[in-house]
Amino acid sequence: MSAVVEASHLTRRFGDTTAVDDISFSVQKNTIHGLLGRNGAGKTTLMQLLTGQDFATRGEIRVFGENPVENSGVLKNVCFIKESQRYPDEFKPRHVFTSAPWFFPNWDAAFADRLIADFRLPLNRRIKKLSRGQLSAIGVIVGLASRAPLTFFDEPYLGLDAVARQIFYDRLLEDYGDHPRTVILSTHLIDEVSNLLEHVLVIDEGKLLIDEDAESLRGSATTVVGTRQGVDAFVADREVLHRDGIGGLASVTVGRLSPQDRARAAEMGLELSPVSLQQLVVRLTGSTQTETALEQSA
Amino acid sequence: MDESRPIFVQIAELIENDIIAGALPEETQVPSTNEFAAFHRINPATAGKGVNVLVDDGILYKKRGIGMFVASGARERLVAKRRDRFQNEFIAPLIVEAEKLGIDKTQVIDMIRKEGTA
Repeated sequence: MSAVVEASHLTRRFGDTTAVDDISFSVQKNTIHGLLGRNGAGKTTLMQLLTGQDFATRGEIRVFGENPVENSGVLKNVCFIKESQRYPDEFKPRHVFTSAPWFFPNWDAAFADRLIADFRLPLNRRIKKLSRGQLSAIGVIVGLASRAPLTFFDEPYLGLDAVARQIFYDRLLEDYGDHPRTVILSTHLIDEVSNLLEHVLVIDEGKLLIDEDAESLRGSATTVVGTRQGVDAFVADREVLHRDGIGGLASVTVGRLSPQDRARAAEMGLELSPVSLQQLVVRLTGSTQTETALEQSA
Repeated sequence: MDESRPIFVQIAELIENDIIAGALPEETQVPSTNEFAAFHRINPATAGKGVNVLVDDGILYKKRGIGMFVASGARERLVAKRRDRFQNEFIAPLIVEAEKLGIDKTQVIDMIRKEGTA
C-alpha cells in the first residue's frame, strides 16, 4: 500500500477562524474514503487545500508525493467535484462533456454517455435552466467518467433524488471495481454510503476526530437500554458518548464492548443495540459538545 | 446488512448459505469480488475480505486467471460446522426466552413436536 495523499500538521486560518486545525493523515491508494463532519467543520477547505485551490497557513501536503499547488503533473490526475461548481453562462451540458477530456486524460466518453442516459440529463439545455439535481448530475458524471486516479466528491448530490443517488453509488462501485482509484467522498448522507467506505475521516471544528477503517468503526459503539438503575450500574466506569432517558428507562451509548460485557448485559436484562456510523458521527460531533458546555457552565 | 457485525463476516455467511442451500454447487465458480460488491452495495475490499475468509477455511479455492470456485466437500463441512453452532445460537436463546415467559421444557418440546407435524 502506498499513500496518495499525505497531510501533516495542516492548518488554514481565515482571520481569527481556524478552518483546518493541525490535521495530519494519509490516504492509501485505491481506497474509498469518507470525509464526514457537520456544516462548517472544514471539509471543503481541507479538500481545497489538497487540490491546490487554497494555500495552507501552516503544515505540509503531498499528493502523489508532490506539492499540489500549481503542479500540473499532480493536478491532471486529480478531479475535484464540488457542490458549488460554476459554469460559463452560455454553457450547456454537452459543452462540459466536450471539454472534460481536455483536462482528464483518462476520460471515458462511452461511460459518460451511459451515465447521461442513466441520469436522463438534457444535453442541449442551458445549464442556467437546469434543476439543482440535474446540475449535480453533471458533476457526478464528470467525477465518474474522468476516472482520475484521485477523485474528490464534495457533497456531490444536492438535489439528486433517491433513484439518482442509488445510480451514483452503483456506478461508482462498478467502475471502481473495474478501474480502481482513490475516491474521497464528503457527504451528510452517511447511512447511505457507510457500506461503500473503506476508511472514514471525521472532522469537527477543523480538527480530525476519527481516522479509522470503516470495518473497525463498526461495533465501536453500542447503545445500552434498560432500567435506569441497571444501565447506570453497567456503564458506571465507562466513557459515555450519549445519554437519553424516559421515566425509569435509560439509553446510554458507550464504546466497544467485549463478549464478556455483552454476556453481563444480557444477564442484567439490558438490551444492546449497535450504533450506525451516522449515529456515531452525530454523537461525536453534536451532543458531546453541548454536554461539555453544560459541564463548564455548571 | 446487520449493523452489529462486520460486513465481511456477513458476506462470508451469505456465500456459505448459498453453498449449503445448493445455490452454489461444488466445483462451480462463485461471482467475483466486484460482483459481490456491486450486488450488496459494499466496498469491494470488504467483499474481498469476506471471500478470503472462505479461501482460508478451504471452502473456496482460486483457479489462477479464472476466479473462485467452491471446493469439493465444502457443503458437508459447512453443514457440520453449522450443526455445532446450532445448540449455542438457537437452542440456548430459545430456553432463555421460554424461561422468561414461564414455559417449561416439556411445553417447549410439545411445541417443537407440533411444529414438526404441522
